[in-house]
Amino acid sequence: MNNLPLLIKREYWEHRGGFLWTPVWITGVMLIFTVLGILTAEVFNSHAHVRMGVSLDELRDNISTQDFAEAGRALDMVQFTFGAVPCIGLFFVLFFYLLGALYDDRRDRSVLFWKSLPVSDGATVASKALSAMLLAPLIAFAASTAAYVVFLVLVTLWTGVHGLNVLPAIAASHPFTTFGRLLLTIPLDALWALPAIGWLMFWSAFARSKPFLWAVLLPLGALFINWWLGVLGAPNIGGDVRLASILGRLLLSVVPGSWMVVRENGFGGPRGWFADDGQVLANVDAGHVLAMLSSANVWIGAVAGIALLAGAVWLRGRRIEVNV
Amino acid sequence: MSAIVHARNLAKRYGATKALDSVSFDIEAGRIVGLIGPNGAGKTTALKAILGLTDYEGELKVLGLDPHRQRTQLMEHVCFIADVAVLPRWLRVREAIEFVAGVHPRFSREKCLAFLSHTNIGHDKRVRELSKGMIVQLHLALVMAIDAKLLVLDEPTLGLDILYRKAFYESLLSDYFDEQKTIIVTTHQVEEIEHILTDLMFIQNGKVVLAATMDEVGDRYAEVMVNPDKADAARALKPLNERQVFGKSIFLFDGVDRARLAGLGELHKPSVADLFVATMKGTYA
Repeated sequence: MNNLPLLIKREYWEHRGGFLWTPVWITGVMLIFTVLGILTAEVFNSHAHVRMGVSLDELRDNISTQDFAEAGRALDMVQFTFGAVPCIGLFFVLFFYLLGALYDDRRDRSVLFWKSLPVSDGATVASKALSAMLLAPLIAFAASTAAYVVFLVLVTLWTGVHGLNVLPAIAASHPFTTFGRLLLTIPLDALWALPAIGWLMFWSAFARSKPFLWAVLLPLGALFINWWLGVLGAPNIGGDVRLASILGRLLLSVVPGSWMVVRENGFGGPRGWFADDGQVLANVDAGHVLAMLSSANVWIGAVAGIALLAGAVWLRGRRIEVNV
Repeated sequence: MSAIVHARNLAKRYGATKALDSVSFDIEAGRIVGLIGPNGAGKTTALKAILGLTDYEGELKVLGLDPHRQRTQLMEHVCFIADVAVLPRWLRVREAIEFVAGVHPRFSREKCLAFLSHTNIGHDKRVRELSKGMIVQLHLALVMAIDAKLLVLDEPTLGLDILYRKAFYESLLSDYFDEQKTIIVTTHQVEEIEHILTDLMFIQNGKVVLAATMDEVGDRYAEVMVNPDKADAARALKPLNERQVFGKSIFLFDGVDRARLAGLGELHKPSVADLFVATMKGTYA
């Protein structure tokens, strides 16, 4: 297991495109839109005398301490958004990374090279799971944090040109608290994602072709048959055991922050996510995150995920061939 | 000295097909063994079992270890080159060196770099940017820098031109092999490795049909070129095989007294390829 850092580095070499460049591009595009927004405001303002919202000149003359505090909260929200948007990309990257993790090298037969080295199957599977749990989210978080800093610089320069000092607004925001809160979600995301990581890697090790079909169609088919049995009045899984929730956990827990949709009575759905700024930020409140970390849902899922990963290790020792 | 590979009643089935049918053999240290067989005979299955890549029935010890359960330990002393397609295409040369150096306790970076310096392989190149011949050079450089006890080669030169094939076996012999090391090699290009082998193992339908040293093969088998007038006399001695060349018949005999054969015509040492064809007669029939 002391090879683990190098094995994780190997995952980074192979998946630099997904792990590094995807969040860099996404946050880059967000910054480009910021610049475009600034330019649009400038052009309308100077040429057509059309005002977008409040004019900066008016702000400069009439801004109060109260306004700065609100601007600070808005900045916190922007920082949260910079952290959250790359997670959409991260979900797709992780989903397909995990489906291919123990399949792609069997398909191109490079598994024969990796297996000719003294690396255990357990260490291989662990390195891939850890890359999905920590490496990719940390890189995405670093990219989004850097992008937010660039955003602050852009806004400061722009407002500065108009003689408006935004430093009090930045001072009224909570960049370090928000940073800490977002950082704290990464271990929770990782634990929360374990059942899905185990599920996807299990089928990745199992499939002789098309791991996607196994991993996705199998639960959907099970759900449909269960529902159909219920319609017929035949014995099926219903009532307190929510099959859909369980299967949802297996497939979609790799969505960063998907634990936010859990309410006291199971899955609440994304309703009320963006009800108001306070609500969203309350979700990543340290107290809420720690409460989630001590919930049975997280730990039952984690145990199931580790069992599935053990299955993946077992399969990895036996299955080399694929149907090409 | 105990055997490097020790197999007793080794068996592996895929569904109803017996890929290995209760095979027993030993491979001693310091040998270069050619494992030769037609397609689908069980060569690759045997190699996979030896490398711990598959489970199996029966008894198998490689360097005294159970290859399937102790693969990680075993791989510190065993190297493996399958045909050229197995190095991952996204890997860069320097990453490959860094990785193997990091995970393999018996890898020498200096040796690897020295070997690569004789090639045109750039360290920033990805495997997919290299030619087949360069990929096998890279793989060989990685493997030869490992001080291993057993090297397994499965069709290592498949798809390479003759220059690369010659160079491959030359470096293997001159820079790598010594009496501490053992090599098992499978190939369809038997004639190219015949002169480097010390032992020969033929495998057919999951069974070992011949296992002998090259010296024993030379003693046992003889090829005689016979004029048509003596052909019937030759046939009476139950040859393994008969073929026609320029109006003469060439017979292959197993264990027939040389003095008697000399009376029939000109004696030759049979090539491994001819011996193989004779032994495998009827495989695809």
